[in-house]
Amino acid sequence: MKMSILAFGIVKEIFGASVLDIELTDAATVVELKIVLEQKYPRLKQLASYMVAVNNEYAGTNQIITGKDEIAIIPPVSGG
Amino acid sequence: MIEVKISGTALNIQSCIDWVMSPQCGGIDVFIGTVRNITKGKTVVRLEFEAYEAMALNEMRKIAEEVLHKWPVQKILIHHRTGVLQTGEVPVIIAVAAAHRGAAFEACRYAIDTLKKSVPIWKKEVFEDGEIWVAAHP
Repeated sequence: MKMSILAFGIVKEIFGASVLDIELTDAATVVELKIVLEQKYPRLKQLASYMVAVNNEYAGTNQIITGKDEIAIIPPVSGG
Repeated sequence: MIEVKISGTALNIQSCIDWVMSPQCGGIDVFIGTVRNITKGKTVVRLEFEAYEAMALNEMRKIAEEVLHKWPVQKILIHHRTGVLQTGEVPVIIAVAAAHRGAAFEACRYAIDTLKKSVPIWKKEVFEDGEIWVAAHP
């Protein structure tokens, strides 16, 4: 399935775009998405950490992603 | 009552205080974050804030709901800025009103501490000789 991944903060710089279009296997999990992204963008592994958000909620590693979901990569937050 | 907002323009401290003020409340606690001019000995030229707005508002609302659940607080307001901020400008305001000061102090501290951990907002510090996304790297 084709997915558009939203990027913020330093991840936007790593992807070189605020939205990244990638091909993902149907019903992939969050951890599978991370593996795909880290292969393509090894700099992700240098971050202190990063989370995946599915439909505006922090997602667990085993959560399944569907084609309709809004997916975002959340590097360490630093608001306030 | 809860109010959360993300704004691309200057936050208004007085209107935040006015919003939480109510006759049942004997105390208002306000946290105002300001842009510091020095980080680790380096002069900060400006900060740039970016938010994943829909999710950030969700997370801010969750913090506010949690506060109302945990403490006898009447009103809580959380406002956060995005965009470019200069030294002395205000990126965040949290105002909490309660019948008594103890709850207001505790709830306000909890709200800012939790916001810094969970709300998807990022700041880039721009120095004279470079820039850095805060907390991005270990």
